[in-house]
Amino acid sequence: MAERKLLPRDNDEGSLLSKLGTDSPKPRVKFGGMFCNVEGAFENKTLNFDSYNSIQTEPRPSGMGLIFVPHCSVSSLCLQADRLIIKGGKVVNDDQSFYADIYVEDGIIKQIGENLIVPGGVKTVDAYGHMVIPGGIDVNTSLQAPQLGMCPADDFYHGTRAALAGGTTMIIDHVVPEPGASLLGAYDQWRDLGDRRSCCDYSLHMDITRWHDGLFEELESLVKDKGVNSFLIFMSYKDKFQSSDSQMYEMFSIIRDLGAIAQVHAENGDIIDEEQKRLLELGITGPEGHVLCHPEEVETEAVYRAITIAKQANCPLYITKVMSKSAADVIAKARKKGMVVYGEPITASLGTDGSHHWSKNWAKAAAFVMSPPINPDPSTPEYLSSLLSCGDLQVTASGNSTFSTAQKAVGKDNFTLIPEGTNGIEERLAVVWEKAVATGKMDENEFVAVTSTNAAKLFNLYPRKGRIAVGSDADIVIWNPKETRTLSATTHTLTVEINIFEGMEVRGAPVVVISQGKIVLEDGKLDVTEGSGRFVPRKAYPDYVYKRIKARSRMADARGVPRGNYDGPVHDVISMTKSVPATPTSRMPQFPGKGPLGPARNLHQSGFTLSGTQIDDHIPRRSAQRIVAPPGGRTNITTLS
Amino acid sequence: MSGQGYQGKKNIPRITSDRLLIKGAKIVNDDQSFCADIYMEDGHIKQIGENLIVPGGVKTIDAHGRMLMPGGIDVHTRFQMPDRGMTSVDDFYQGTRAALAGGTTMIIDHVVPEPGASLLSAFEQWREWADSKSCCDYSLHVDITEWHKGVQEEMEALVKDHGVNSFLVYLAYKDVFQLTDSQVYEVFSVIRDLGAIAQVHAENGDIVAEEQRRILEQGISGPEGHVLSRPEEVEAEAVNRSVTVANQTNCPLYITKVMSKSAADVIAQARKKGTVVYGEPITASLGTDGSHYWSKNWAKAAAFITSPPLSPDPTTPDYLNSLLSCGDLQVTGSAHCTFNTAQRAVGKDDFTLIPEGTNGTEERMSLIWDKCVVTGKMDENQFVAVTSTNAAKIFNLYPRKGRIAVGSDADLVLWDPDVTKIISAKSHNSNQEYNIFEGLEVRGAPLVVISQGKIILEEGSLHTTEGCGRFIGRKPFSDYVYKRIKARSRLAELRGVPRGLYDGPVCEVSVTPKTMTPASSAKTSPAKQAAAGGQPVRNLHQSGFSLSGAQIDDNLPRRNTQRIVAPPGGRANITSLG
Repeated sequence: MAERKLLPRDNDEGSLLSKLGTDSPKPRVKFGGMFCNVEGAFENKTLNFDSYNSIQTEPRPSGMGLIFVPHCSVSSLCLQADRLIIKGGKVVNDDQSFYADIYVEDGIIKQIGENLIVPGGVKTVDAYGHMVIPGGIDVNTSLQAPQLGMCPADDFYHGTRAALAGGTTMIIDHVVPEPGASLLGAYDQWRDLGDRRSCCDYSLHMDITRWHDGLFEELESLVKDKGVNSFLIFMSYKDKFQSSDSQMYEMFSIIRDLGAIAQVHAENGDIIDEEQKRLLELGITGPEGHVLCHPEEVETEAVYRAITIAKQANCPLYITKVMSKSAADVIAKARKKGMVVYGEPITASLGTDGSHHWSKNWAKAAAFVMSPPINPDPSTPEYLSSLLSCGDLQVTASGNSTFSTAQKAVGKDNFTLIPEGTNGIEERLAVVWEKAVATGKMDENEFVAVTSTNAAKLFNLYPRKGRIAVGSDADIVIWNPKETRTLSATTHTLTVEINIFEGMEVRGAPVVVISQGKIVLEDGKLDVTEGSGRFVPRKAYPDYVYKRIKARSRMADARGVPRGNYDGPVHDVISMTKSVPATPTSRMPQFPGKGPLGPARNLHQSGFTLSGTQIDDHIPRRSAQRIVAPPGGRTNITTLS
Repeated sequence: MSGQGYQGKKNIPRITSDRLLIKGAKIVNDDQSFCADIYMEDGHIKQIGENLIVPGGVKTIDAHGRMLMPGGIDVHTRFQMPDRGMTSVDDFYQGTRAALAGGTTMIIDHVVPEPGASLLSAFEQWREWADSKSCCDYSLHVDITEWHKGVQEEMEALVKDHGVNSFLVYLAYKDVFQLTDSQVYEVFSVIRDLGAIAQVHAENGDIVAEEQRRILEQGISGPEGHVLSRPEEVEAEAVNRSVTVANQTNCPLYITKVMSKSAADVIAQARKKGTVVYGEPITASLGTDGSHYWSKNWAKAAAFITSPPLSPDPTTPDYLNSLLSCGDLQVTGSAHCTFNTAQRAVGKDDFTLIPEGTNGTEERMSLIWDKCVVTGKMDENQFVAVTSTNAAKIFNLYPRKGRIAVGSDADLVLWDPDVTKIISAKSHNSNQEYNIFEGLEVRGAPLVVISQGKIILEEGSLHTTEGCGRFIGRKPFSDYVYKRIKARSRLAELRGVPRGLYDGPVCEVSVTPKTMTPASSAKTSPAKQAAAGGQPVRNLHQSGFSLSGAQIDDNLPRRNTQRIVAPPGGRANITSLG
């Protein structure tokens, strides 16, 4: 508890002190079956603590609200503000808006309607004139992913705190294991950090930083037992995280079989690597070099390639961080052709452009460094928000991964060493509102879809998250579309010194944020509890994604042509005229495992062999009929097996 | 310019029939058509005009207003191509003979060095084969089948001393010819510096290898597996990728064998964006489709095997012809590489072993005439452009080849637009038993073919001389291609932002936080590395991306200009602009 940050808490210090040491390592009740929220949603699972109400503080019932946490002493006044009624707001879901009151209990929405009958003493939240929307889901954060051994300046605690301040009530963070390290180990580490530090519900994507055969079991166990249904593959970061096309094909096939979603960091790492070398040779070392060596086409190319591979493997694809117009176009086009592919623009690509990389202020320029880079074309944000509005792009995220200026300065003489990542977790909803809703590109329902519902559907959190409905989690934002703010590093919740949206004026702001049924933001005051965030497991085979994939799997059986055996003359092949490397003969049915430090490419034996042991070929693969007296040199159609 | 590149011994034939007069022809170039007489001597066009004054006793052909065009240039052949100890059945003699019969008077063949072998010795080998057998002028592309420093030097020698200005890289044939994107990037950079043209066999070899394995596992071993394992997208993807790499390196790009609609679309789109890229549909993709892979007759199905495969979509030929006519595709080749059925049968139980290639060098001109000119998609001038002139321009043969002009080589075709014939294996000049265009009726055929000023085809009979074909050297920096590239190179200078030195606090990076295993640095091309006799292919080019954290040195200023005397604490700052 000692390391715990003191929150700007306005109510009594006494209760704060009294809790010291009481709730520190929360024994987390891991709920056996995954995702049983809705079915159990209508049972009243908490003890009745009516008498303690009116003081709204932490801690929430841990786990899935199973039982009262034993060590939570009475003095800490647990479980109080669990009952809430939100009155008079306009409830906005992705499909419709309507006026209703919402009654929340135990972190779950219990009733929606007018003139609700609720127990006495319930706290009332006034939402007149505001919109009541499902809390945002930020599907791409890297709050704990270290770069060059440095952890981001804003970790799970600061990050989720900022998220809540901006109206995001759930994040999905990326687990980035060291290349070669165990995925499960990294997962446990992230879980541990998340459970201890997160202030809002969270879930985890798993990044596959190096592929080898042994990972299959880990993936399977992550999907089946650990509630992970999405895996990110890097096409970039050569010699570090990058996967080859063959590896991607294999991973996509496995991901499809497991019912998960393949995510891709889409940039051509090979080209980037070469360009980086070239630019450094030219003497360009500043942050502008980062943009120059990550040109837009390199992103587009990788998106195109990922889509091609996913199409072959019949795997649903999710492109993280859509940063450029042409990449978005490729996604839009692929969707028109029927591909199951989703695109995720992020706050930075929707809200600002990359011209700042050329800023004379090194620190400012460096703050914009991320991959794929923020596009220098100033019309990009407009274009991406249009595509987001018309449904060509579906989900918004932040890609939040912040490093302080001192950390970024590691790359002050070499832009390739600048740790990558920008802020955006807090600004996301406001930026989308400003760029898309305030300008009339989308309505409030679409706003909810792109900030919350679509993400929930894609990643199988729906309808627990992403919807205001009876039985859903009480992650609710009361949104004031009229409020105007100016984004600035001086007022933001994160700890980094520079905000890439500095000075941007946005309309729309959260007035009240409710997470797990508790008010975390009200009257401009943030009241979060470190460690109160729950891990939300996600099941495989999200309907929204896999219905089509399944149907296509059934259709896609390729069939051979039944022919008689060819029994004409066969040319003799001199074996090994083309001396081909050792690979060809063994056409392994499975990709052979990775050698100890093996050269990464040989793992996947080619299906194309030139070694000429064609004598065996006479041993018929289909040993059906053979012609008794084959007519000499003529080719023929014989029996049709 | 005449006389350039005459390679020694080929000058011998000085026969009397060297002088030739064609009267009353409608001369068709890529820009205009006009009626004139034409007189040639010593293999060159000497005069064009009316009422020419010519020596007596000259053989005269009366063209009666028929079209006289520059002989076709087939930019892509693979005669005498070795494949696992087999050799394609049409060698340089048979192949060029077929080409001449169809109105093509020059071919550019591909030299395919075995991985690990020297480019120069492979080039010499091909020269030797072709010099002894070729019946028409030829030139050579060289394929880059692996990549290391030595290859770069050989490429330089080929360009500077041997008249090669085009190199092909493979994105397919994994573990055999395939190069990684990094290698392609490096090859392209070298090619641009040399002033040559980068050609690409565009298919994603990784995906193809995986699909082949999957399809074999499903028990599909017939030729249809070939097309199933090489879907159209895989071609389009590779085209897109090579366009991207070419854009980055500012290298002119030439896509060989455009076989599908989507690949052609990618090229068309890239051209709209200004990329210097050319697409080459081949006779097979313009004339037939891939539905025959499902033929019950194994031998027939196998005869269609080529890579990228013929698209099973029957509307593909029409689409490609349209793009060819509107200029989105520019050049036509044949990719003529034929194997007879017994050779193909090596892969009778495994489609991946079937040797690849189709015929088309003989049929190319007639087929394009029939599909494009007869249907009204293009006029005769465009026809000349796509069959001859564009190729000559791109590969720097123009105006020696690809144009009827005084001083140009006397490679001419007198074209009869009205004659109709049926393509068949019985009547064709190739050695192959199958013709993939079997039964196709085409209008338009050469009436007279003149190569090097000599009549080769007349009244249906072919008079070729084995070994009379000359090697035509091609110079680098072809104007048609490189004007734009050069201008862009000048513009593309990148400039950094002059900033003061950052002098705020710098986070300490613990040394080796990410322990990079040695394996990962070899990740790019280990296949090749293991393969090519342990030549460390990749390590030559040290990565610019270093993770080792010796940042103490970084303070030694790279540009040691100004330092601020009293840096203001933790603030980032704008100081002097160096």
